[in-house]
Amino acid sequence: MPDSPTPGRTRPADSALNTGFGRVLLFVYGLGALSASSRGLVQVFTHFAEAPLAYVLSAFAGLVYLVATVGLAIGGERGRRIALVSCSIELVGVLVVGTLSIADAVAFPDDTVWSRYGSGYGYVPLLLPFVGLWWIWRHRPRDKA
Amino acid sequence: MNGPLSVATIVVALVLAAWFLLRAALNRAPGRAELIATAALGVLVAVLVVVAVIGLFGGSRPSETATFSGYLITTIAFAPVALYLARMEPTRWGNLILGVACLVLPVLVLRLEQIASVTTGA
Repeated sequence: MPDSPTPGRTRPADSALNTGFGRVLLFVYGLGALSASSRGLVQVFTHFAEAPLAYVLSAFAGLVYLVATVGLAIGGERGRRIALVSCSIELVGVLVVGTLSIADAVAFPDDTVWSRYGSGYGYVPLLLPFVGLWWIWRHRPRDKA
Repeated sequence: MNGPLSVATIVVALVLAAWFLLRAALNRAPGRAELIATAALGVLVAVLVVVAVIGLFGGSRPSETATFSGYLITTIAFAPVALYLARMEPTRWGNLILGVACLVLPVLVLRLEQIASVTTGA
């Protein structure tokens, strides 16, 4: 029995940031938050002096994913704004750090999640902000009038 | 790390991933069978982690013990978290969550193997 959505069960588009596909995004962002921040913390606390810039960026990336996860979990207008800001920072981060890590390898002797556009993580860090922003854009507030 | 157990976990996870992704593509919500399968995978993973923890106290420790422990905690928590989220999402996306989890789990197990293979020379 195919469970096609009946009109009565359709949720208003702007109230469902944290359901449906949003819940998948939440899971993936949570994963990103966990892997980036734990990587950053281990790097900062065990061999910080080797590559300070890269390690601070690792920890920062973890924070950005964490904030995005919280935004997606809260949902609603406030959660949407939080997610919008953090996903935008994430997009800029992965593009800037990705480019720098290729252009100026000396400054990045060790990897971060965003190095080489996240090639160490199957380029998921490069795709994720686009998918996230698309989802947030889809759930932009409509004119109520 | 226990080789055969790791391989079994990876194979089961990949087979389940294919099934969950297929179900998601067919626009099906996770049913009882899917949830039980994920729980069973969680049990298999838990056994793997417990064996690894026993190994920590017995044989040679991986040189990055902290990282190894972090990965062990992540690994054992993985299936339960996916199950929890999938239960809240009784749509095709619930199956996608389970599918993604089953694709990431093999990576976690491989990373565990990798970290465990570098031991301190005792």
